[in-house]
Amino acid sequence: MLRLESLTKRYLTGDLALADVSFEIPAGQVVGLIGPSGAGKSTLIRCVNRLVEPTSGRIWLGDLELTRLGRRGLRRARRRMGMIFQEYALVERLTVMENLLSGRLGYVSFWSSLIRRFPPADIENAFRLLDRVGLTEQADKRADALSGGQRQRVGIARALAQEPEILLVDEPTASLDPKTSRQIMRLLREVCAERGLAAVVNIHDVVLAREFMMRIVGLRAGAIVYDGGPDGLTPAVLTEIYGEEDWTASSDLSDTGPSARPVVPGADELVGAL
Amino acid sequence: MSGPAVLPDPASEGARRYPRHWRRPPLISDGRLRWAIYAGVLLYLVVGIGAVEVNWGRLSEGWERGLRFLGGFVEPDFISRWDDIRAGLIESLTMTLTATVVGVLISIPVGIGAARNIAPSPVYLACRALIALSRSLQEIIVAILFVAMVGFGPLAGFLTLAFATIGFLAKLLAEDIEDIDAAQVEAIRATGAGWWQVLDYGIRSQVTPRLIGLSLYRLDINFRESAVIGIVGAGGVGATLNTALDRYEYDSAAAILILIIAIVLVTEYVSGWVRARVQ
Amino acid sequence: MAIRQTPDGPIWRKRTTPQSLALWFGWLLLVLLFVLAWEAMTRNQIWAFVWDAPEQAADLFGRMVPPRWSYMDQLWVPLWDTINIATLGTLLAIVLAVPVAFLAARNTTPSPLLVRPIAIFIIVGSRSVNALIWALLLVAILGPGLLAGIIAIALRSIGFIGKLLYEAIEEIDPRQVEAIRATGAGPAQVLDFGIVPQIMPAFAGITLFRWDINIRESTVLGLVGAGGIGLQLKSSVDSLAWPQVTLIFIAILATVILSEWVSARVRAALI
Repeated sequence: MLRLESLTKRYLTGDLALADVSFEIPAGQVVGLIGPSGAGKSTLIRCVNRLVEPTSGRIWLGDLELTRLGRRGLRRARRRMGMIFQEYALVERLTVMENLLSGRLGYVSFWSSLIRRFPPADIENAFRLLDRVGLTEQADKRADALSGGQRQRVGIARALAQEPEILLVDEPTASLDPKTSRQIMRLLREVCAERGLAAVVNIHDVVLAREFMMRIVGLRAGAIVYDGGPDGLTPAVLTEIYGEEDWTASSDLSDTGPSARPVVPGADELVGAL
Repeated sequence: MSGPAVLPDPASEGARRYPRHWRRPPLISDGRLRWAIYAGVLLYLVVGIGAVEVNWGRLSEGWERGLRFLGGFVEPDFISRWDDIRAGLIESLTMTLTATVVGVLISIPVGIGAARNIAPSPVYLACRALIALSRSLQEIIVAILFVAMVGFGPLAGFLTLAFATIGFLAKLLAEDIEDIDAAQVEAIRATGAGWWQVLDYGIRSQVTPRLIGLSLYRLDINFRESAVIGIVGAGGVGATLNTALDRYEYDSAAAILILIIAIVLVTEYVSGWVRARVQ
Repeated sequence: MAIRQTPDGPIWRKRTTPQSLALWFGWLLLVLLFVLAWEAMTRNQIWAFVWDAPEQAADLFGRMVPPRWSYMDQLWVPLWDTINIATLGTLLAIVLAVPVAFLAARNTTPSPLLVRPIAIFIIVGSRSVNALIWALLLVAILGPGLLAGIIAIALRSIGFIGKLLYEAIEEIDPRQVEAIRATGAGPAQVLDFGIVPQIMPAFAGITLFRWDINIRESTVLGLVGAGGIGLQLKSSVDSLAWPQVTLIFIAILATVILSEWVSARVRAALI
């Protein structure tokens, strides 16, 4: 689905953000990217949709080599990759619905987006997504009137409105409280499962990563130091990724992992309504 | 977070009906008012633009003059009217400097008098009235009055600019004093300091850097204005410019304009530099 | 702050000796400049005119009141022209200033080395020249009338609106723009969805603020022949018809206060 071949990024300042990174993600796999701040997590997912231009290396989305695309081809390819941001990055002064419909910008002409005339099918789909993330009532509100959790739901719905094949997710829970963070992570997992989406999720919270990710890639100083299942994150591995620290508390959690989820009956079904 | 309950099952999701149309909620929700405003704006534009009489014959003549004027910018003539230009610039610069200094000196007591938290009420009202008067009158209108009183020449310009400086600076100074940290003043007062000492230690120290910055800013403005009030006879390079244009000496006019812009840029740069150092 | 050692023990001074010397030198320079400037300025001054200024002022005041109220009939049309000059001039300035602002802002300019300096130059040039001087030039070129006034107001306002707007554009949140780019939107769509909504409040505020200033400025443009109530002011002053001048001042003041009220209302409604 997504394949990175010796991806390297050196910024103009000379900082090496990514050094020869290679890995492959099959369809439907949700991969957590962990590592300390400055390890290159953000740079990596921004290289995929080329918000940041990689210095060298190749990236393939299916059969398409993203790193060789021209401007027009890149825009076309970006439609296939939904991106979800740290601190939501909604256009705050636009309505929730406009934010959702902005996911369709790659598909409609400039004029129809200027006068906000999107195709009826897009609007219907947008309302369906809004319903899915539980925000139907908020369609006409301005994005800056929503709470943090609600905004991130809009962010997820915007990415889904693109009908993407893969989600690029950058620290989705960075500014949310623990409870809302879990809800957002669960929602992400669910929509990926429903639609068979692959996802790359930057996440700094090891506990959340362990619980919600199928596979973990650990980055340190721009290089991969771990690639495997969430169960393999032993204190030794964490020390290699993050450096020396007492990791027993967070690796204990892995033993009690399943029971750490809320035990309220039917909690999963309620998520959509929260 | 109270959306309708949703079944996560994608199959039943498709069964629900969703709207296929959506319009952004308009800025003005009342439809009739909205259309009335649109119609009003349109009507105004038609009437307003219609009222502009364009004399096309004069305009085509002007086209040729405009080109000549642009040509003046390419080859400005500093030489033939240099004595007039020099005299005008010296007048402008001298009245800018003297008016700013005198204006600042007067605006300090006026500003203190216009600060609600330290001035007694009759003084407050008198100072506020002076500020309001100075701010509501355009420089050029004040210049007309001063020219009528003291005759043509830079002294009228000096009085005009000083008067305008008082309104500008005293208002900002008064607002600054009203905004100062009351705790610091309280602390000074608690040491048993008198009114003058409170003013010196508690207020001067907090307000001085901004006062210097604003004075320099006003110096910029005064120079720009000094280039204008000459039009009504209050001295300065504006009069020279006016004469040059009356005589259709576009190359001299261009030279004057270039000098004005250059001096504005220099004063702006210098005052910006000093302000950055002081604050 | 400095502590100086003396035979009688340390003495505290707010500043070190070179600092206070430099400061004194600075003040001395200012005083010297002031005296020189004053001398140069008043060299040709006939002081007799100044000494009887209080009498002149009293005399002037005596001739200015009461205002000639009946003259108001002839002021309605010039007032309407004045408002038109300010409003149409502001609209024209918006049309010209918005593209300049986008070309001048570091994050939207197509070329920081070539296009940006030109845009900045337009802004600086426009800002350095007062509307009255623009009017003076335009009257010389286009002839007297409303058109010269409108263009003069517009030329002065380009720099004002352009500068404040490009500063607002430079301060937008880049993440919102990035998010729109990531959807596959084209450049025009990124502008429409990512940038314009963020600068709308600043744009509305700046425009209203400038319109307010333009109302004031357009009241005096007539002094150089560029239309509006200033024409009546000039002819009244030239013919020493002081009671009319008073009425014109009152009319100008009322217009300015009214425009301030209108812009405050619109601002409250928009922002």
